Amino acid sequence: MSSTFDQVATIIAETCDIPRDTITPDSHAIDDLGIDSLDFLDIAFAIDKAFGIKLPLEKWTQEVNDGKASTEQYFVLKNLSARIDELVAAKGA
Amino acid sequence: MRLEYFQMVDRIIALDIEARTIAVESSVPDQSPVFEGHFPGYPLMPGVLLIEAMAQASGWLQIALMKFERMPFLAMVKEAKMRSFVTPGETLLIEARIEHEGSGFMVTSAKIKVAGAVKCNATLTFRDVPFPNPDFRSHMDAVAERIGLTRQAPHD
Repeated sequence: MSSTFDQVATIIAETCDIPRDTITPDSHAIDDLGIDSLDFLDIAFAIDKAFGIKLPLEKWTQEVNDGKASTEQYFVLKNLSARIDELVAAKGA
Repeated sequence: MRLEYFQMVDRIIALDIEARTIAVESSVPDQSPVFEGHFPGYPLMPGVLLIEAMAQASGWLQIALMKFERMPFLAMVKEAKMRSFVTPGETLLIEARIEHEGSGFMVTSAKIKVAGAVKCNATLTFRDVPFPNPDFRSHMDAVAERIGLTRQAPHD
């Protein structure tokens, strides 16, 4: 079974036409991969469907805008994958 | 339907909040300045306006689901297929369903039928945000009343 990061990286590669081998756990979706908010909607849609969750994009965006969180916490892919794992675990709890 | 004012929905004929579906009806006008250019001597409903009609039907469904507290804006059009021509005077049945409810966005699938035949379909993504101002919200309330949405989905 592939890791959460592998699944996310595949989704990003297919959704945004980014070479898979350029996507690493330390890649920042916005700063490194150049993904804009519209493309991220597509990615969120695919992640929601693949993992059966609802990424709380509005909450994350609000926290970043309010200075309560950094974009790295949510948009560096290893961190995004960890958030997804938490959401999946919370769903099963 | 008043093409030049982007009034694409005449009336809601079915709204199922639980199933997350809507069906609306709209009549393509016999005459419109749009048809003077699209096309002279061969009037056709423009494909972009068919997409707009599907987006508006999808939008009213979302507004009802969000209890008139947020406004959806079209963000993405995928898999839009114009299968055959739509001409002046035809009555459209526009059906839409929610495919996904995300955080701050929704995805719908929509189609337009004429006399039972599918004329076009598309997958549409919307961003939803709080109404930008009270005037806008009042305008949408008035349109909802005109097309019969308030009777289908009471709010406030």
